[in-house]
Amino acid sequence: MDFALNDDRRMLAETLERFLSDNYDIEKRHGFAMMDDGFSKQMWEKFAELGIIGALFDEKAGGFGGEGADLMVVFEALGRHLVVEPFLPTLMAGTILAGAGGQEALLEQVINGETAIALAHGEPSSRYELASVSSIAEQSGKEWIINGDKSVVLGGSAATQLVVSARTTGEADSENGISLFLVEATNGVTKRNYSTINGYGAAEIKLENASGILLGEVDQGYKLLERAYAAGIVAISAEALGAMHVATDLTVEYTRQRKQFGIPIGKFQALQHRMADMLIELEQMRSSVMNAAGNLDKDRLDREKEISACKHLVGTIGRQVAEEAIQIHGGMGMTWEYAVGHFAKHIIMIDHVLGDTDHHLERYIALGRNT
Amino acid sequence: MDLAYTDDEKSFRNTVREFLKEKLSSRLATKVKLGKRLTKQDMEEWHATLNEKGWLAVNWPEEYGGTGWSAVQKHIFDEECWAAGAPRTVPFGLNMLAPVLMKFGSDEQKAHYLPRILDGTDWWCQGYSEPGAGSDLASLRTSAVREGDHYVVNGQKTWTTLGQHADWIFCLVRTSSEGKRQEGISFLLIDMNAPGVTVRPIILIDGEHEVNEIFFDNVKVPVGNLVGEENKGWTYAKYLLTHERTGTANIGNSNAALEKLKAIALEQKKSGKPLSEDPYFAARMAKVEIDLKALKTTNLRILVDADNGAAAGPESSMLKVKGTIIRQELNDLARRALGPYALPFSSEAMEEGYNEEPIGPDYANAVAAKYFNNRKMSIYAGSNEIQREIITKTKLGL
Repeated sequence: MDFALNDDRRMLAETLERFLSDNYDIEKRHGFAMMDDGFSKQMWEKFAELGIIGALFDEKAGGFGGEGADLMVVFEALGRHLVVEPFLPTLMAGTILAGAGGQEALLEQVINGETAIALAHGEPSSRYELASVSSIAEQSGKEWIINGDKSVVLGGSAATQLVVSARTTGEADSENGISLFLVEATNGVTKRNYSTINGYGAAEIKLENASGILLGEVDQGYKLLERAYAAGIVAISAEALGAMHVATDLTVEYTRQRKQFGIPIGKFQALQHRMADMLIELEQMRSSVMNAAGNLDKDRLDREKEISACKHLVGTIGRQVAEEAIQIHGGMGMTWEYAVGHFAKHIIMIDHVLGDTDHHLERYIALGRNT
Repeated sequence: MDLAYTDDEKSFRNTVREFLKEKLSSRLATKVKLGKRLTKQDMEEWHATLNEKGWLAVNWPEEYGGTGWSAVQKHIFDEECWAAGAPRTVPFGLNMLAPVLMKFGSDEQKAHYLPRILDGTDWWCQGYSEPGAGSDLASLRTSAVREGDHYVVNGQKTWTTLGQHADWIFCLVRTSSEGKRQEGISFLLIDMNAPGVTVRPIILIDGEHEVNEIFFDNVKVPVGNLVGEENKGWTYAKYLLTHERTGTANIGNSNAALEKLKAIALEQKKSGKPLSEDPYFAARMAKVEIDLKALKTTNLRILVDADNGAAAGPESSMLKVKGTIIRQELNDLARRALGPYALPFSSEAMEEGYNEEPIGPDYANAVAAKYFNNRKMSIYAGSNEIQREIITKTKLGL
């Protein structure tokens, strides 16, 4: 058993952290989030040059990482700086492309930062149910024709290529009968682009006789989806961890500076014990992210139990840290100008991405019954 | 980063398992699993079994007769012992006094006391708390006044766990009232059979005699029983607090309690179905399981870091707070799982030879008592509030 990062990962972490410290303060971040696609294309190209996109994928897919520990290192750093560039959509759609095979050329463009991709899976009525797919794909000669609505597609606003799930057989909530397609976001694809409350580009996407290329085997898309979600949850959980660290650090620092009744408010026990609890829970969060990351390539049941345990904790610990950070800052925590509120906002909203704390608790229980 | 156990660690687990299968009597395991009252002889029997194998002093270096195990090995041993229903080892001599002697004691003291801890000659208890010195330990008043080659000790200690069995007590005593309160404290070893030592039981809310008051009335203690330097006792006690992390998180204990809880929740029925299928109860069980899962990793990370020479910080405080919250939550769930059958209680049924028909399931009798007994966990060894103070002071620098 070994909890240390190897040298390559430590270097990756240092490189990324140094780059972000120099180029990604909160003011710049707001500026990037206000750009047309909800992020900075220039920054995205720089991330590609630094090899950060390549770190999300294994060598077979043209990258040089792709393990749970790589995702943890990269996304924790991204979370520390609230990076708005579309790493999560790239990871999730890219994981499916890599898992399906035959998309090496596209993946190369993705890793080079030339092509933006996203996973269009959720639908207006699917909530967090992974197997709930009502969009329909029908074969017509060599190509597939897809119809349906995809909702809150993160990164969907900028993506020119979409990985789309659609039903080819079975009931609307059946794991069997889901197929995955690569769809060019042009003919038959209508996007309504917007920004999420925490500053990320997203889209509602309507597919009307859009044409797609089948990824992997027909009807067998669920396994690829679940693996992509597992990678996505490791990533977003690490991102939440990074943001929670900053929110906690900012809070502690603030209680050193801020004086009331003539002394720093950090001297008040009512606040000290709550910050001690934040620190304890941060360690728990790190352990849980490590458990999820370390099991990403293990057997399905082990992996998924750790994934759901982790995302459950992201929701509960995240809420504690975010709400305490705002409360202990007082009015300052409520302002747009001061950074902590933006970290709190991101942490809270991560609970709405890839399944919230209740969803994953229920899923954890259900997975336990399978053992 | 590799979270899997190595082949060596897996085979170590098998070795421990086989040892427990062979050497832990079903008599003892049954008593532990049913939460029955353990006698002094029960505990001594298990100590002797472990000592014979060389596995008693898990945390000691090999030169003193310890195992010299890695953090991961200790963790595995702890998990397996609890899973098998082994009695816990009594920590006072083994894990509390011994590290202080090894670090600060004289060669003579080490040579005399350490082997006697191993072979069970001496049963130690801890004399820290006093009626007026709980969380504020430095306010302790039991005094030791030097008179020739003796100290004369007067005062009172309290909450002395298993002091009724003890041959010796290690005490923090006041040797000076000058300067800072912490600077007038010494670490003294006192013979419980010396004239002037009186032990009085304190019965806790579960009806059990686990802790005691100890009175010292002009007790003569040879100066050779002073550990380290006079007035440096506070440093030694603090050393122990920050360096003794093994077991603080209660991982093995909570593992075993979770398994027991799951068994109860499967057997107890609600509306004809196992309680474990009730969504609300299942959610509470899953939450604590998830917390425990994370704490296992937190614990191992911290212990492996310490093995690799990381400086001691507030980590043991973090493990103590979270570990006791989890353990107490498991006690709460077990009590609730029993429904009305948590109510009947028979003190006689806590005894080994009790043969009457149990009221309700046989595992039910001790459950509520254990819940009440374990309320101590967030109070002892520095209350959880004191632990949060330590975390704040060391980690936050506030």
